[in-house]
Amino acid sequence: MNEAFVRFQDVHKAFGANEVLRGITFDIRRGETMVVLGGSGSGKSVLIRHIIGLHHPDRGDVIVDGQNIVEFTERQLIPIRKKVAMLFQGGALFDSMDVYENLAYGLREHTDFDEERIGGIVRSKLALVGLEGVEALMPSELSGGMKKRVALARSIAMDPECILYDEPTTGLDPVTANTINDLIRDLQARLRVTSVVVTHDIESAFFVGDRIGFLHQGLMHFVGSVDEARASGEPRLRRFLSGGREEPRADL
Amino acid sequence: MNGFPASALSQVGELSLLFAETVKETVSRRPEWKSVLEQLHQLGVRSVAIATVTALFTGMVLALQTSYSLAAYGAKLFVGDVVALSLVRELGPVLTALMVGGRVGAGITAEIGTMKVTEQIDAIRAMAASPVRKLVVPKVLAIVIMLPILVILADFVGILGGLVMAVTNLQQPAAFYLKHVTSALDLHDVLSGLGKSVFFALFISLIACHNGLSATGGADGVGRATTQTVVVASLCVLISDFFLTKFFLAF
Repeated sequence: MNEAFVRFQDVHKAFGANEVLRGITFDIRRGETMVVLGGSGSGKSVLIRHIIGLHHPDRGDVIVDGQNIVEFTERQLIPIRKKVAMLFQGGALFDSMDVYENLAYGLREHTDFDEERIGGIVRSKLALVGLEGVEALMPSELSGGMKKRVALARSIAMDPECILYDEPTTGLDPVTANTINDLIRDLQARLRVTSVVVTHDIESAFFVGDRIGFLHQGLMHFVGSVDEARASGEPRLRRFLSGGREEPRADL
Repeated sequence: MNGFPASALSQVGELSLLFAETVKETVSRRPEWKSVLEQLHQLGVRSVAIATVTALFTGMVLALQTSYSLAAYGAKLFVGDVVALSLVRELGPVLTALMVGGRVGAGITAEIGTMKVTEQIDAIRAMAASPVRKLVVPKVLAIVIMLPILVILADFVGILGGLVMAVTNLQQPAAFYLKHVTSALDLHDVLSGLGKSVFFALFISLIACHNGLSATGGADGVGRATTQTVVVASLCVLISDFFLTKFFLAF
C-alpha cells in the first residue's frame, strides 16, 4: 500500500530564464490522495504535468509505476497516459463535440468497443459525477461546475489507476466547489485510484487530502499527513495556511 | 546567432519536423477518413465561392487589359492565348492559393490556437492520442486534395470570364476565342500549375497548423498567430512561386 506510484527525484524545470521547479523530490503513494498545495505561480500545475509527460524535466527523474519516463517519446508515453488521467483546470472539453463524444473520445481511440458498450460507459460515468441527460449538450451550453463534472467523467472513462486534478475547485462557487470535493473523495473511495490534487484552496486540500505537499517558489517545503500539516511549524507553510497573517521570521 | 535569422531558421526547422510527423502519422496508421471528409467539406467545398469570384474577375480583367494595352501591337486577336496562359500557369494557382490560403489558413490557426490555449491540445495528449493525427493530418490531406481541384475550377471560370469580355467587348466569336485558348495551352502548362498548387497547399496547411499548435497566452496570442499565418503563408506562396516556376520550366 505504501509503495510509490509516482516518484520525483530532484526535478528541475525552467521556461526560458524562469526557473519554475528547482529540485523537487517526493513520492506519491499508490492509492493515496496527495495534495500539492501552493500559491499562484508556485509551479504546482507544471509539476503534475510532468507525471504524464506533458512537460519533460530539464534535470532529474520522474518515475511513474516503476518506469522513468523522462526520456519517453509521445508514443512511449501512451501506456502511461492510459493509466493516468488528468482533469484540466478549465475542463479542456473539446468544444467542437457534444458531451457524449467528449466522453467517448478515449474509448474510440483505444478500444474496439461497439456503440452500445460505449454508450453504456458514457452514461455510467456521467451518473458517477451526478449528471444525466446531458449527453447531447455542447460544452458551451454547460455551466462552469457542470463542465468540471463532465471533464471529470471524461477523465475516468478509461478507468485510470491515477487521476491528476489541476485546480479542481478554482473559479467555482463554494457550493459547487464542495460538490467537486465530495466527488473527489467519493471516487477515491469507490474506484481506489491514486489521486493527485493541485490546489491553492486550503479548505479543499484538508478535506480531500491524505497527505499534503507544500510547494513554494519551485521547492517542496513540506510533505506530510494532513494532521502533520496542521501541526507543522514550517514557517512558509504556516504563513500560507494563515492567509499571510503570520509573518515568517526575518532570518528565513 | 540571434534575432530574425535565428527565429526564421527555427520556424523552418519546426515546420520540417511537423511535416515529417504528419507524413509518419499519415502512412503508419490509417487516417481518420471521417475527419478528412469533414475537412474536405469545410476547407474545400466552402472555398468554392471565393475561388470562383476571384478567378472570374481575374479572367475578365485580363481580357480587358490585354485588349487595351496590347491593341497597338495587334494583339487583340490573342486575348484567348494571353488569358489562358497567364491563368493556367500563374494566376490560377497563385491567386487561388492566396485567397483560399487566407480563408483556410486563418481558420485553422484560430481553431487549433484556441484549442491550444484552452488546454484542449494537452487534453488530447493526456488521453494518449496524437494532436497531429487528430487535427493536422486531416487538414493537410484535405487541403492537398482540394487546392488543385479548386485551381482547375478557377482555371475554367477565369477562361470563361475572359470569354465573356472577348464576346461582349471585343466582338470576337466565342469559337475563335476558345480555339486560341485550346491551341495556346498544352498539358505541361496545366500540370505545372497543378504541381505548384500541391506545394502551396502543403505550405499553407503546415504553417497554419504549426502556428496554431505554438500559440501561447490567450485571445491575443491566438490573434497574433492567426495574423502571422496569413502573412507568412501569403509570402511563402508568392516567393516559392518564383522558385517553383523555375523548377517546372526545367522540365
